Amino acid sequence: MILDIKGLAFNYPGRSVLQDINFRVEKGDFLAILGTNGVGKTTMLKCINRILKPCEGVVLVENVEVCKLSRLDLAKRIGYVSQRQETPCCTVFDAILLGRKPYIKWDVSDQDLEVTQQVMELLELTDYSLRYLDELSGGELQKVVIARALAQEPDVLLFDEPTSSLDLKNQFEVLKLINKVVKSKQVAAIVTMHDLNLAIRFAEKFLMLKDGGIFAAGGLEVITPANVESVYSIPVNVEQFGGVPVVLPI
Amino acid sequence: MTKDYAKYTTRKKLIILLLMAATLLVGLYAIARGSMNLTISEVVLAIIGQGDPASHAVVRNIRLPRVLVGILAGAGLSAAGCVMQNNLRNPLASPFTLGLSHAAAFGATFAIVVLGVGTIQNSSTDAVIINNPYLVTTSAFIWVMVATATILMLAKFRGVSPEAMVLAGIAMGSLFTAGTTIIQYFAPDVQVAATIFWTFGDLGRASWKEVGIIAVVVVLSLIYFLFKRWDYNALDSGEETAKGLGVNVERVRMAGMFVAALTVAVLTSFLGIIGFIGLVGPHMMRRIIGGDHRFLIPASALCGSLLLLASDTLARTIMSPVVLPVGAITSFMGAPLFLYLLTRGYQKR
Repeated sequence: MILDIKGLAFNYPGRSVLQDINFRVEKGDFLAILGTNGVGKTTMLKCINRILKPCEGVVLVENVEVCKLSRLDLAKRIGYVSQRQETPCCTVFDAILLGRKPYIKWDVSDQDLEVTQQVMELLELTDYSLRYLDELSGGELQKVVIARALAQEPDVLLFDEPTSSLDLKNQFEVLKLINKVVKSKQVAAIVTMHDLNLAIRFAEKFLMLKDGGIFAAGGLEVITPANVESVYSIPVNVEQFGGVPVVLPI
Repeated sequence: MTKDYAKYTTRKKLIILLLMAATLLVGLYAIARGSMNLTISEVVLAIIGQGDPASHAVVRNIRLPRVLVGILAGAGLSAAGCVMQNNLRNPLASPFTLGLSHAAAFGATFAIVVLGVGTIQNSSTDAVIINNPYLVTTSAFIWVMVATATILMLAKFRGVSPEAMVLAGIAMGSLFTAGTTIIQYFAPDVQVAATIFWTFGDLGRASWKEVGIIAVVVVLSLIYFLFKRWDYNALDSGEETAKGLGVNVERVRMAGMFVAALTVAVLTSFLGIIGFIGLVGPHMMRRIIGGDHRFLIPASALCGSLLLLASDTLARTIMSPVVLPVGAITSFMGAPLFLYLLTRGYQKR
């Protein structure tokens, strides 16, 4: 088990966002977090990564409490890709090399350069290495920030809506990539998503949030018309299409 | 691939070396020029303690400290501006927009008028004499630190965002300017002249003792900024990403702003107000060398040195023996160059 979350709760002043969140993630898991806007998906990722401080509960990474780790040690275990990306004035190589930040003491080592190079090859970014970030398309930029998180060599990867601003082709590419990384590196990925059909296609585990708590958790079996309707307040059918389950709003 | 990247970083290192060489050359030229013109070889001989006693005295006692303080102050102001812009995530952040220069002017005015240390004399080269420069320096320093502490406290305890810190700085600047105006309004003409003269900024105010203090502060702050260069790079990718990369964002920001403001406080209180360099030095270099703080911090520092040194030399020599206010010349030289770089954009980095 890589990640264990016990009794997690978070409040903004005067407003409770998350209560009593419990779940576990194993090596090689691709977990999709589903729920409506504002339900607390992003807040949950930020609590796991200690960007926000939970009011209650513990987060354990490889049996170590996240709150007892220094920021640098935490960055070596958990990689985080936020929803909105900023594009500093630097090249693709520089941006991915920045992922080595938790390991860099004074200057980059040969190993840092090597890891950066390997990640670029894995994500097929070598052709772009000296391109500036502001010259990239949305899909390319998304790959670069994923590469930066991979260069951290973490055990757990957190992605906050990695496909929300991408076209169909890039949505597939990015999720395939995350899947490939999870399987080949035996890390865990927790991905917040809005598109149920994409989630069904790429993730194996699902966590459905409703009213700040976990409504349903498990494998494909939790994606039922009743559950989806309860969470999204929209009646749906779940049908098989070419062997793949598809959620169709009625 | 890493070979291509090495080539790309080598280009940036070459630009830094070029800036170093240019600063050295302009420095030697600045030492050579003046009411007693010297050749470069005479300058070099004087620096290493040889040559004739007259040139030795001029170089060692007057021109070398002035040039050294120009290099140090330019580097300090520009690097501090670079870090302020990064830490506050605002391209307008500089000692001026954060109200630090106004606070220094208020401090000096307060000392000259309220504490009564200013007077005037008639001389073609130096119209105003301040009886007790140390009191003026101390007062300017204290008020800059008061301004800094206020802005940092607002951020820490009242949750003012980095973007709003620049607005808070502008408000502070306006408050200090109002204070200065009120004091000047009730002051005799002689003291008003002294306060205005102080704000002009003058590298000639520094003797070897001041050079020593300034050198220690600027060198230590540059080392600190370079030590934090990866944190600053991470901050450029957004606050949350920086946290995800292991940066303690609040601590890095508070410490960076404190060190930058301290550097500005020391420089401004000794030399008076030298505007523009803190804003424009880093921006020029961002357009030439890119946003990577590994290269941007040293390049900004050198660009500031070069700009201040060239401006001071021009200010001393263009209407010799009259010495023009260096702050005005920095803007005269820097603004057109900056406008050119702005219109050129980021095409070549």
